[in-house]
Amino acid sequence: MTEFISQYPFLAALLALLALGIPFGGLLGFAAVKFKTEGDPIADQVEALLPQTQCGQCSYPGCRPYAEAIANGEAINKCPPGGESTIQALADLLDVEAVPLDAEHGEENVKTVAYIREDECIGCTKCIQACPVDAILGAAKQMHTVIISECTGCDLCVEPCPVDCIDMLPVETTLQSWSWELPKPAEIIATDHSTEKEVTA
Amino acid sequence: MIKVWDIHGGIHPQENKNQSNQRPIESAGIPDRLVFPLSQHIGVPAVAIVSVGQHVLKGEMIAGAKGMMSVPVHASTSGEIVAIQDHPVPHPSTMSAPCVILKPDGKDQWIEHQGVENYLKLEKNELLNHIRNAGIAGMGGAGFPSAVKLNIQDEQIVETLIINGTECEPYITSDDRLMRERANEIVAGIKILEHLINPTKKTLVGVEDNKPEALAALQQAADGTDIDIVSFPTKYPSGGEKQLIQILTGKEVPAGGLPADVGVVCQNIGTSLAIYRAIAHGEPLISRITTVTGNACERNTNYEVLLGTPVSFLLDLCNFHQKNCSRLIMGGPMMGFTLENVSVPIVKTSNCILAPTADELPLSTPSQACIRCGMCAEVCPASLLPQQLYWFSRGKEYEKLEAHNLMDCIECGACSYACPSNIPLVQYYRASKADIRQLKQDAIKAEQSKMRFEARQERLDRQEAEKEAKRKARKLAAEERARDNNKSDPIQAAIDRAKAKKAAIDSDKPIVGKTSALLVRQGLEKTLTNIENRLLTATEKLRQAEQENSANVEAFRTSVEKTNIKCIKAKQELDVFNADNPVSSGASSIPVSISMPAEKKVLTGDAAQDAIAKALAKRDAASNMTDEERLQNAVTAITKRLEKAQQKLTVEKQKNGEHIELLASAVTKLELKLADANDAYLQFRQATNNQP
Repeated sequence: MTEFISQYPFLAALLALLALGIPFGGLLGFAAVKFKTEGDPIADQVEALLPQTQCGQCSYPGCRPYAEAIANGEAINKCPPGGESTIQALADLLDVEAVPLDAEHGEENVKTVAYIREDECIGCTKCIQACPVDAILGAAKQMHTVIISECTGCDLCVEPCPVDCIDMLPVETTLQSWSWELPKPAEIIATDHSTEKEVTA
Repeated sequence: MIKVWDIHGGIHPQENKNQSNQRPIESAGIPDRLVFPLSQHIGVPAVAIVSVGQHVLKGEMIAGAKGMMSVPVHASTSGEIVAIQDHPVPHPSTMSAPCVILKPDGKDQWIEHQGVENYLKLEKNELLNHIRNAGIAGMGGAGFPSAVKLNIQDEQIVETLIINGTECEPYITSDDRLMRERANEIVAGIKILEHLINPTKKTLVGVEDNKPEALAALQQAADGTDIDIVSFPTKYPSGGEKQLIQILTGKEVPAGGLPADVGVVCQNIGTSLAIYRAIAHGEPLISRITTVTGNACERNTNYEVLLGTPVSFLLDLCNFHQKNCSRLIMGGPMMGFTLENVSVPIVKTSNCILAPTADELPLSTPSQACIRCGMCAEVCPASLLPQQLYWFSRGKEYEKLEAHNLMDCIECGACSYACPSNIPLVQYYRASKADIRQLKQDAIKAEQSKMRFEARQERLDRQEAEKEAKRKARKLAAEERARDNNKSDPIQAAIDRAKAKKAAIDSDKPIVGKTSALLVRQGLEKTLTNIENRLLTATEKLRQAEQENSANVEAFRTSVEKTNIKCIKAKQELDVFNADNPVSSGASSIPVSISMPAEKKVLTGDAAQDAIAKALAKRDAASNMTDEERLQNAVTAITKRLEKAQQKLTVEKQKNGEHIELLASAVTKLELKLADANDAYLQFRQATNNQP
């Protein structure tokens, strides 16, 4: 044995590496099969951050497909309903640079909900078929109405309406939903104080 | 002497309580308009149960509780409901909310009410119902429904009942005056609470040592009871529920927990009094003590105010000077909010109206950069790190804010007070708290939307799968049928049939290629058989009908006759056909060929050849005729046609049809032709007669 090693050091080293490599390679291969991860964990995490409006403004048919696309390297700035906060969260998760919202896919607007002007509804059920979250209630030739608490404001129902009786109304602030706003950063250094007063005066 | 603990941080702002606590409580009186917001408490807004124009009495319920987390609202004097509409309410948002508006009639007439004779005999639930129906919500500031707070589950052990008489915020003296003047009623209320909660250890009333008169009054009232009146050093904000618990028991309420988690229930002095009035006298919560103070008011004092009284009414009582006032505050200088509208009413939680001058409470100067001095952390009573929270709040790092326990912030304002850079720290925390709550709600909604979306997707997929399955089943069935037919594939079968027929014809009658004629004969024969069968059945039915003397005998008879006629006709047709197409094939062929004319015996390959042969035969026959005969035939034919034409004309004339003229001309032409033919025949006859 020692004789063999001393006589053929190169061959001996090669054999030793092979002897190590084969079982460990096999072990790794077995582990890869045995402990294979089901699904796409990154897509799951991305999906958890998306607002789930299912609006399709990102040009994908829903939040899950977009999450999968992001997991495969799609840009993270295509979700207007999520806005800057979602982009920031995605950037943190994927450890990429946070980029501004891609205006091509729409702007971050105030939250809206669909409202059907019920007098004008003809009961065609087209909006019901368009709603991704089944938030519209109604039947053929019966007036339809939106379940406000379930509406995600995706405005997918607006376009199919043949009589244009669906409005996207901003969510109204009530006493219960009202909240304090972050103070405006009026931070100035003491010497600026007098000049600012003069300007405002 | 009962041991007290200290809390972390805290500040000592100027107390400014002496301005208002020198005079006894006065009644504010009845304004000419009362406004009752439906939501004066935390939880679900009450529902108005009166209608416009209805007359209500003092203490009458005008809005009912909606669910457990809600309390009713009562009219604070007698009068008429003039409106139920949106009205500005005391809220930092300066928004409007649904309110019941009452116009007092000045009589201040009570509704019939009666206290409980002996509350000790009452069931706990009944007592709680009394408290709930009296519309009592926490009067310290938050307005939490008291009946909910006092509803202690059986498995929950409450060691200590704490009554909060701290009133630590500057300027406010309403509880102070209340304790001084109505100590006996307060103690009676505490006894009711004791009975309800049944604390295993003790009942403590916590009062800061800057209210010696109140302490003395309470001690006197509580003499001989197990209620301990505890005095502790003045410090803001020791009146916070969690802080007071720590001061009096040394226990800290865990983050995100409730006082009940450390075996404590806390109630406000004002609430205790309201509970006493409700139980002992049956009076609902219709008034409260409110401090009106500040240098912009000439008179600083405490008023017993009917709930719903507009703030402007109180300010008028105190000779309020608008021009001196820098801003009007509801609540204290630390935790209160600015009032934009003086028409807002006093509600269950309004403990103070502060009208300071600009010198007294200057407007906050613009904030400057954080110098990381750490003063805020030193004064924070919740042991938080306000400076860190400030940075995270500005950076909207909500996860880190939560990790730094922003939600334990009691928004006391001590950090803002201590900040040398005048940073409005509490505003940052309030905004961030709201954002976090919003994010949490959004997350819940997103989860819900996702579930609904997935459920819908699943449903659509299922429907699609069902359709697909049906389609497949149909396809399979079609294939199955096709396989069955394959045993006698339609095309193959047709070819086979044709072949078989041809073979049969070929073998039977090699010279007859007339498949069509054969088929026609077969058809005719079949018809005949069918009709014969029908005739048989019809005759059978007729006989039966005759035997049974049925009413349908006549109908059967006609049907038999008709079938008979049809049968005869079919037979004739077959005979005629056989006569025209003599075939001696098998049994069905009829040996008529012998009787056929000679020229018709020529049988050729098909019908066209047959017709040609016929025509040829006719011509031969005609050529065999003599000229005389031919001419005679022509005359006879034309005569026949003329007769027919004349008949048609007469018929047409009778009908007065439109073809009269046409027919008439045809008749004339035929007459001319007949004349010609007659002439030709006569000339021929003459010629032949002349020849011999």
